[in-house]
Amino acid sequence: MKQQTITQEGVTIKTLSGIVSGNIVNPGPHNNVAVKTAFTSDLMSDVLTIDACETVLVTGLTNPQVVRTAEMSDILCIIIGRNKKCSREIVELATQCQVTVIESPFSLYKISGLLYESGIKPIF
Amino acid sequence: MKTQYDIEGGNFSKAGFASSEVKRMLKQLNLDIKLIKRVVVAMYEGEVNIVVHAYHGTAEVDVSEKRIRILFTDRGPGIKDIDQAMQAGFSTATEKIREMGFGAGMGLPNIKAHADELNISSTPGKGTQVEIICYIKKDHQNT
Repeated sequence: MKQQTITQEGVTIKTLSGIVSGNIVNPGPHNNVAVKTAFTSDLMSDVLTIDACETVLVTGLTNPQVVRTAEMSDILCIIIGRNKKCSREIVELATQCQVTVIESPFSLYKISGLLYESGIKPIF
Repeated sequence: MKTQYDIEGGNFSKAGFASSEVKRMLKQLNLDIKLIKRVVVAMYEGEVNIVVHAYHGTAEVDVSEKRIRILFTDRGPGIKDIDQAMQAGFSTATEKIREMGFGAGMGLPNIKAHADELNISSTPGKGTQVEIICYIKKDHQNT
């Protein structure tokens, strides 16, 4: 596997999508914004405790609260794993909240591993 | 500046709407980004608590020069033991709530962690009031 190396500027959301063989469901203004850290969780209360900054959230949930949690936490991008698909409601809400959503066919474990291998740092 | 939002118990599609509006308003006021995050995370946890546990509630948001005050008032089952509810991990949420990523008993402790002041009063069988205060400048805490 070709390993990608993170630069000091981070990895753009567009590049992230490629790393996880994903599909950006709401291409928007953040696609060329870089992220440097990731947090994987299905527990939104847990996400709300972290000090997110230039962070991507990896989750297997597809309800509106995932988008709201990202919005409140200043998370710019969500990767939804397990090959789950977002409803139109989620896509519209994410677009409105300016949160980019990527659907990936991989498990959360694999996505996390790929991101780590690419140089994305854990929050802690 | 005062605004009030209605919060409908059980309506998960709209949970977070009020907090989102407040975030937008605070950004327009050019407040510190970290302060805004503290306020909206605390408010969002409170809003979700009403959606999860109560029948209906309101959030009154008052922004002054010195502080941001959010007062949640709900009609619902109330809290029997507030000290117990404040313990991380204690939860009365249903399985459905847990499937949505909440109900892990972290809501009230997380509000406390993000707020400068948290005051809770509750009457079992009637409802709960939660007051959250975040100071805009720390040196205004005692004024």
